[in-house]
Amino acid sequence: MRRAGSEEMLEYVLKRVGMAFLTVVVIACITFLMMNAIPGSPFLDERSQPPEVLAALEAKYGLDKPLYQQLGTYLTSFVQGDMGVSLKMQKNRDVAEIIFEKFPVSVRVGVWAILNAIVCGIPLGCIAAYNRGKWVDSLLRIITTAGVAIPSFVVCTVLLIVFGVRLSLLPTMGLDSWKNYLMPCFALSFYPMCYIARLMRSSMLDVINQDYIRTAKAKGVAPVMLIFKHALRNSLIPVITYLGPMVAYTVTGGFVVETVFSIPGLGRYFIQSILARDYPIIMGTTIFLSILIIFMNLLVDIAYKIVDPRISFTKGGE
Amino acid sequence: MPKSKVRLGSLQVDVDPVLDAGCPLTAADFEPASQEEKASMVVIKKRMSYWQDAWRRLKRNTVAMVALGVIIVIILFAFMGPSFVPYTYSQQIRGSENLSPMTYSEKELEAAAAGEKVFPHVFGTDTLGRDLLVRVMYGARISMTVGVTASLIVLVIGSIYGSVSGFLGGKVDAVMMRIVELIYSIPDVLVVLLLQVVLKDPLTDLFDTSTSPLIESFSGIGVGLFSIFITFALLYWVSMSRIIRGQVLMLKSQEFVMAAQCLGASNKRIIKRHLLPNCIGQIVVTTCLQIPSAIFLESFLSFLGLGVSAPLASLGSLASDGLGGIYSYAYRLIIPSVVLSIMILSLNLFGDGLRDALDPRLKK
Repeated sequence: MRRAGSEEMLEYVLKRVGMAFLTVVVIACITFLMMNAIPGSPFLDERSQPPEVLAALEAKYGLDKPLYQQLGTYLTSFVQGDMGVSLKMQKNRDVAEIIFEKFPVSVRVGVWAILNAIVCGIPLGCIAAYNRGKWVDSLLRIITTAGVAIPSFVVCTVLLIVFGVRLSLLPTMGLDSWKNYLMPCFALSFYPMCYIARLMRSSMLDVINQDYIRTAKAKGVAPVMLIFKHALRNSLIPVITYLGPMVAYTVTGGFVVETVFSIPGLGRYFIQSILARDYPIIMGTTIFLSILIIFMNLLVDIAYKIVDPRISFTKGGE
Repeated sequence: MPKSKVRLGSLQVDVDPVLDAGCPLTAADFEPASQEEKASMVVIKKRMSYWQDAWRRLKRNTVAMVALGVIIVIILFAFMGPSFVPYTYSQQIRGSENLSPMTYSEKELEAAAAGEKVFPHVFGTDTLGRDLLVRVMYGARISMTVGVTASLIVLVIGSIYGSVSGFLGGKVDAVMMRIVELIYSIPDVLVVLLLQVVLKDPLTDLFDTSTSPLIESFSGIGVGLFSIFITFALLYWVSMSRIIRGQVLMLKSQEFVMAAQCLGASNKRIIKRHLLPNCIGQIVVTTCLQIPSAIFLESFLSFLGLGVSAPLASLGSLASDGLGGIYSYAYRLIIPSVVLSIMILSLNLFGDGLRDALDPRLKK
């Protein structure tokens, strides 16, 4: 029996990994083909060159070959870590180098934001569920409902106006000291925090009504222990499923937050290169971030199956 | 009370104590019922259609009704408002640059002193002297339009795809659902940004050169918005199609579908006349909840400078414009942000209320 379970698990993991690889390849192809569909050649924009020179340039960069060969070349060189060079933002600089310079900055902000969302969101949800129907619950419900509806740039700008401009407590741009992290991390974590709190509240309410909680209560377990030990473990499962989307949100939400707070991370750089139409950077970053998001989702999905053995591995209808 | 006379083991039913127990029967109890008595027994409640029933339930939900009121106010503000304000969204009023809310420029004060009627700049003006009130109205209009149009696109594609996949089942379903899974796992915002980049030049060319009236009518909304619609058509229908598929799977094994099949109805007809109308509650709710998420996405893009193109303004691009003058003109940032937040919030709350009203089983 046990053996069958682990085989099923292996099959599931292999299937998911295969699907993730397929998705990455599809995204890479879509990105490449879409970028190729843009009219104009990379050699056209500066001085006009004689056609022989253009042809020679195209031959040098392999642009005279059929599209599928170009795609193959792009994919193989991408796997080897060569994403081409920047055309406009930082001329002729290697895209991979730029990404690995900018990305750690975004990671630092993003990881703090994710931690904040989890560390604050879960207790908030527990508190709301424990005080169900009381004013604390209503207050938290108002905050979290607003939190999932308000766009992140509104949160950013409100923070910026209140703490940065009016009170002048916190610096409004850059990432020089720990103070700089406070506003961006909070702004980025506000939506996932509220979302987690809502998820937590409803799953906690489901769990609280189960028999084993009543037994624990009857045995005289203290309410705090009851909520944070007995009920928490089972009600965490929906939150785990949200971790994957949360990583995706943090990546894309980072675009806005980094732009508003002028943080020199990958998100802001990506938006700038979109506005400047620096195609190699756009392609490289899109594929890089897609891989990141897809594999985080994959990890979360697998973790979810390990944590909750009640879910069957064989794919059912829903 | 007389003692029971029935002997032990007798089959005769012992009714006397039962009849005598509560109220003794009189001769009047055996009279035929009068008309009034008959009428009072008939259930007076009127038969309710699905929508009446849902509306009744929705009316009891205070939060949803308040949200509906706010939505109506915003729609009036966005669509009727501009006709009450004498300025237009692209009109640059000389001498009235950078006014705070409810203030007048010197020129306007002179005009007012001379007895002319001057309409106040309720929300102030921007650096180019454009009235912010009108711009916010237009912004709200664009956001609403984007939300509704994008949801309709999602509705059409998602419900057709989902119902076909669910109804045909088997290998077709497996393949179609694999495609949905694939699209589902693609990070949407990245593809949206990519599409914004890629579609810009071809669409601009198309709008500039084309003479076909259909494309002409699209060119009014601009390249940025058009590519948002394309994105929705490409990516965002998947959750709708999953919901519809689930519903269709449940419905298709029921007798009325078999009856229709026996009477020789084609698959198309069964989906159109029998299956989709039975999913209407879920379709309406999902479409309704899609509106705020479309507005969310549009404002996100416009805030980053990728959505609507000037001189058109959406709430996101207004906020983005306001970011530059945050130290002196914070209201320019706050006003569009607040309007946008209220709009998304009330649409969300109304959608939730609608879900509870249309499908009480889903209520937690």
